[in-house]
Amino acid sequence: MAASPDSAPAVTAHQVTKIFGGGSDRVVALDDVSVEIRQNEFFTLLGPSGCGKTTLLRLVAGFDHPTRGRIDLDGEDISYLPPYKRPVNTVFQSYALFPHMTVAENIGFGLKMLGKPAAEIETEVSKMLKLVKMEAMRDRATSAISGGQQQRVALARALAPRPKVLLLDEPLSALDLKLRKEMQIELKRLQNETGITFVFVTHDQEEALTMSDRIAVMSSGKILQVGSPREIYDHPSHRFVADFIGETNFIEAELTSVAKGAGKLKLASGKTIEASLPDSGVAIGPVTAVVRPEHANLVTGKAAAALDGKLSNIVYFGTDTHYHVALDSGGEFIVRMQNARDDTGRWRIGDRVGVSIDKGSVQVLRD
Amino acid sequence: MSDATANGQAMTSGELAGEEARRREVRNRWLLATPALVIIFFAALGPLAIMLVYSFLEKGNYGGVIWEFSTDGWFGVFLKQDIFDDTIGFADAHLSIFWRSIKLSLMTTVITLAIGFPTAYFIATQPAKWRPVWLFLVTIPFWTNLLIRTFAIMEVIRNEGVINSIFIAIGLIEQPIQMLYTDFAILLGMAYVYLPLMVLPLYAAMERLDFRLVEAGYDLYANRWQVLRRIVIPLVKPGIIAGSILVFVPSLGAYVTPRVLGGGRNMMLGNLIELQFGQGRNWPLGAALSITLLVIVMVALLFYVRNASKGGVQSHG
Repeated sequence: MAASPDSAPAVTAHQVTKIFGGGSDRVVALDDVSVEIRQNEFFTLLGPSGCGKTTLLRLVAGFDHPTRGRIDLDGEDISYLPPYKRPVNTVFQSYALFPHMTVAENIGFGLKMLGKPAAEIETEVSKMLKLVKMEAMRDRATSAISGGQQQRVALARALAPRPKVLLLDEPLSALDLKLRKEMQIELKRLQNETGITFVFVTHDQEEALTMSDRIAVMSSGKILQVGSPREIYDHPSHRFVADFIGETNFIEAELTSVAKGAGKLKLASGKTIEASLPDSGVAIGPVTAVVRPEHANLVTGKAAAALDGKLSNIVYFGTDTHYHVALDSGGEFIVRMQNARDDTGRWRIGDRVGVSIDKGSVQVLRD
Repeated sequence: MSDATANGQAMTSGELAGEEARRREVRNRWLLATPALVIIFFAALGPLAIMLVYSFLEKGNYGGVIWEFSTDGWFGVFLKQDIFDDTIGFADAHLSIFWRSIKLSLMTTVITLAIGFPTAYFIATQPAKWRPVWLFLVTIPFWTNLLIRTFAIMEVIRNEGVINSIFIAIGLIEQPIQMLYTDFAILLGMAYVYLPLMVLPLYAAMERLDFRLVEAGYDLYANRWQVLRRIVIPLVKPGIIAGSILVFVPSLGAYVTPRVLGGGRNMMLGNLIELQFGQGRNWPLGAALSITLLVIVMVALLFYVRNASKGGVQSHG
């Protein structure tokens, strides 16, 4: 269920600041954060540990309350509502399954606390067990099932009360790679089938790119950029965003002219190329631009090359090869090229090479 | 072929060495346990055996026992013979003391649990660096002799004591409230004395409690009371049971507290036993009462243990 941009926001944070401790222990976990999470979308908070993503999630869940600012759910202020009065459920990083209850009792707990009749809980639990494919484990103790199964139970438990928003706090980080990939697909399927808004916290950029409708990239208590995976990857607004997501070449250049969101960049090599500009616009003068390694090619001869240098290293990855080029203007530039079966030995370390950059793949950063 | 034989021999001698090492380890363990076993045998089982033997002997006129088999001691625990008409009836004085002991011990357990639970919860939810300080404060009463602490309580609650003086001074009451020498005084004293024994095991259980489970409970629409009842209490149940045993068992045999705060009239089992060995000069009865007390304690423990194992799955991290 793709999010439609015009539907009303499910969760809104208005200029939320969260400060923990005081005096020398004072930590600003969230610094004036505003964000809108739309109905039925898979929204990801992405950032390194300590960036405030989990704090923001806990504020939405109600485990903590904002120091300043407001959090709305479906347009209603929930900033100071206790967690048990919010139609929001959480899948915890540690799963936090109740060890003294069976799988079915865990899943039915929320409904029971909501005072639903036993028969209804029974049917809902069965439905949830089926949804996460755990019917056979119904009466098992939570300690007698595997990590991946615990993960499914935690999901079913959080989905059973039909929350308006499901919060997921790095739920896949404890799983091994294969299981994690499986669960990524599983999560997308569950979100499609239930139509519930998912807010997903992760530090894994690949996970964020593959699963999300939209991503908010966070750093040091601030949201730097919000956008679809493509926007975030192709048009990063900040150096941090470009660096955190995927591999990137940073090139220092001079912006010489601006026209209709595109600009002309004068590179250190003296050549001029076209570049996309950030939404907020930048001033004429020195700027930093980014080019993804797969948007560049090695060439011979000066004519097609935007940058010149010497091949300093070649790293083979199977599907593709990374060529490290020591630029004449200083710095390193990485080119990633798809491997073909017949191009062995075409490039050698020490070769003089030119780097051509694909049209429309240079992005100027805001900072 | 020769290789296989050599291998086989090597394995056998290896196994033998392993077996020998295992045996040595078992022997060492028993050796290490010997001091404890000696103490338990001579200081606990020995006297217990003496008690059991004494309870089946004839009482001496001036204390002690006469070495002749008799069931009078056990007879006297539950029944009494009227000295004038020889009719046999229940020893209602003893039974009421039994009942009072059990009742006061249960009440002490409940009171210490009611006070100790929030205390332990409070300590367990403090920042890790402050917890030892709070635990230290809990153990401070152990620094003073039990007798002195009990007399201190007496000073607080007696008719001319701190509480009554203050109440009279501020005009709340005209006559002092009789608190000393009542069951209330005994309860107060025992709850005070045994509270740390409740707090410490409760704290140990709560410290291991994963508070993320509490958050998960809140998240799933359980209010504070429901989280307490359905998540916290089931998970710290081992601590509740341990604390209850540690309070209930010594309460049942308490001697000093009921003696000092209960006066002569509000006896508990410990006082009754002491009476038989002292002024009563009826050692067989005293011994029989002691064994009875032991049986009550063991029944209580069995009940607890069975209940505890029925508690089902426990959290192991």
